[in-house]
Amino acid sequence: METLYLIFIDPFVQMVVEPAFLAEVLIGGLMSGVMYSLVALGFVLIFKASGIFNFAQGIFVLFAALNFVGLMDLGVHPILAFVITIGIMTALAFAVDRLVLRPLVNQDPIILFMATIGIAFFLEGFGESIWGGDVRPVRVGIPDAALFWEAGFGEILVQSSDLFAGVIAAFLVTVLALFFHFTPVGRALRAVADDHQAALSVGIPLNNIWVIVWAVAGFVALVAGIMWGAKLGVQFALSTIALKALPVLILGGFTSIPGAIIGGLIVGAGEKLFENYWGVPLLEGATEEWFAYIVAMIFLFFRPQGLFGEKIIERV
Amino acid sequence: MLTKKLATAGLAAAVAVGAIAVAQAQEGQYIPVLSYRTGAYAPNGTPFANGYVDYFQLINERDGGVNGVKFIVEECETGYKTDRGVECYDRLKDKNGGATVLSPWSTGTTYALIEKATNDKIPILSMGYGRTSSADGRVFPYVFNFPSTYWSQATAVVQYIANETGGLEALKGQRFAFIYLDHPYGREPIPTFDILAEKFGFTYDKYPVPPATMTEQKSIWLNIRRTKPAYAIMWGWGAMNSTAVKEAANIKFDMSRFIGNWWSAAEPDVLPAGEGAIGYKGATFNGAGTGYKVFEALKGVSGLKGGDDMGTVLYNRGMVNAAFVVEAVRLAQEKYGKGKHVSGEQVRWALENLDLSAEDVEALGLTGLMPPTTVTCMNHEGTNPAILVQQWNGNAWEIITDWIPAMTEIVRPLIEQDAAQYAQENNITPRDCSA
Repeated sequence: METLYLIFIDPFVQMVVEPAFLAEVLIGGLMSGVMYSLVALGFVLIFKASGIFNFAQGIFVLFAALNFVGLMDLGVHPILAFVITIGIMTALAFAVDRLVLRPLVNQDPIILFMATIGIAFFLEGFGESIWGGDVRPVRVGIPDAALFWEAGFGEILVQSSDLFAGVIAAFLVTVLALFFHFTPVGRALRAVADDHQAALSVGIPLNNIWVIVWAVAGFVALVAGIMWGAKLGVQFALSTIALKALPVLILGGFTSIPGAIIGGLIVGAGEKLFENYWGVPLLEGATEEWFAYIVAMIFLFFRPQGLFGEKIIERV
Repeated sequence: MLTKKLATAGLAAAVAVGAIAVAQAQEGQYIPVLSYRTGAYAPNGTPFANGYVDYFQLINERDGGVNGVKFIVEECETGYKTDRGVECYDRLKDKNGGATVLSPWSTGTTYALIEKATNDKIPILSMGYGRTSSADGRVFPYVFNFPSTYWSQATAVVQYIANETGGLEALKGQRFAFIYLDHPYGREPIPTFDILAEKFGFTYDKYPVPPATMTEQKSIWLNIRRTKPAYAIMWGWGAMNSTAVKEAANIKFDMSRFIGNWWSAAEPDVLPAGEGAIGYKGATFNGAGTGYKVFEALKGVSGLKGGDDMGTVLYNRGMVNAAFVVEAVRLAQEKYGKGKHVSGEQVRWALENLDLSAEDVEALGLTGLMPPTTVTCMNHEGTNPAILVQQWNGNAWEIITDWIPAMTEIVRPLIEQDAAQYAQENNITPRDCSA
């Protein structure tokens, strides 16, 4: 009986009795979700354009951040370090295209997926060989103060770095939307995403497009890496953040940029609410490790393509 | 005839090569190192490994080894993963005349190796790690965890809090938060805290941090902000620590009331939080900084790996770990033959009879860096003074207390109880240490 009370009554009583805590949990969760979305965006870009699930995207985030902060530690100005890192990620995109994707073109998606696992482990080791395994703080002036907002029903804590990440994510999505809709390269990317054969038949060079989309994903990884690095320091524990992006993708859809954002917000808010109101009282906490995956799995039963993903219809 | 001659020559050559190999193997004292310089725990594992190997380098280069027997140090990368730790052990244990002593640097790996190493007669020095009950030398003859255990540390931390708040009686009714890595290491002190909570009347909320998502702790710290515990105690490792310190700073938790254990209070744990980490406290059993005689001796030694790590909490702790090994080898040589290679079994005897006084530590140039330690057959934890408390001032760790003793009267019965249970489960007849 007590268990039923703790599941069905107590959490909602707590929410009503302590609205400030509910607001903190919800805001904190949404902000965490934005951070997950930043990582998920890179997955979406590559999957949308090439149908490849890039397992290495989480490592791209780490690798980009490592190069950025490593260059800064060598005395390079942050803006120049940012530009050089974009160059490095573009070179990486080119290398991936020439050395991995081209030799494997027309292979099954699972083969390409396995290849990206290889890329992930290579980049992790390569990055560590070059820059070492130390924690490197990112000091680029991202606001990091805790803001306490008096909301009438209590004081609410909001982290300014989280708000900044939200603004950056919104900016990034806007830039990507404009890029995809109003530039020739963006339109070509959308054409390739819709139908490779049709795109080729109208003269869109597929290989160059793949380099571009992997480079754009590298840029997104850099932005995500800087935001995560500012939060935690650039360290190899960041390589596991891709684990958080997977349920986001399942919820939002593998081919939708808005889906990556909405999916991130749902996962972030959902896991924090569950952890605080059900996980800690009933299961001694640590539910955030698996909660998002359970939600994603349930979601798969009803909408396997995700909230905004394209429904795959194959005619017999 | 020719075949016979060739066979004889071949056999002679093989015997000669074998003899040379044995001679070479026994020229040096082999030290396998289960380091982790890669992965999420590398920021902590690297300075520790550097301190460990550099100390052997110092002994080899300055002293020519121990009575002429040099150390052969070989690293094996574990990534702080138990399976890889066991794999490294299996790969290295028989090389170069056999492992002298093994420091697994992971409670999980120590648990996995207790039986194997005992069978192989290779002593384990799990310095400052679990398994805590291996302090009972009657049941765990090959495992040592001096200069202190997790359970002793837990009681000393509670004692420190009591000292700060007006005595053990003042603990009654207080609420603490315990944030721990959800791993055998992090869970190890929970039985001790349970007993302490019951005995002294405080309560504590447990906050496990899963290793795979250790950088995501927002929920934990929002809960701590809500419940307002008097103190927060952390048993963390790797990126978990720096995340926790940062999140604590974010919610404006009073950092002087946030205490990490000795694996949660090093430079990589506080630097990412910047000024927010100022005031954070941690347990330790070794000094930080380079103001010790041994660092003078390190100047001019070639091939050191330390670099910027020198003087950091974990680098210094790695040196302390190596110093214990070197002194055990020295003691083993005194009993079994100076200038001779000593076996793992002989070093086990030495570890069990180690008696480093303050004068001995001074002679090693390690005063302030390592505690005087006496180990016995009964007590593999050593008769130690438990912990010092250090505080981060924004630039360096400062030791702010004298030695805080463990509540031995609480810890020792727990150790013996757990060891007896282990003995029963594994059909071990405890040794008689009274002889």
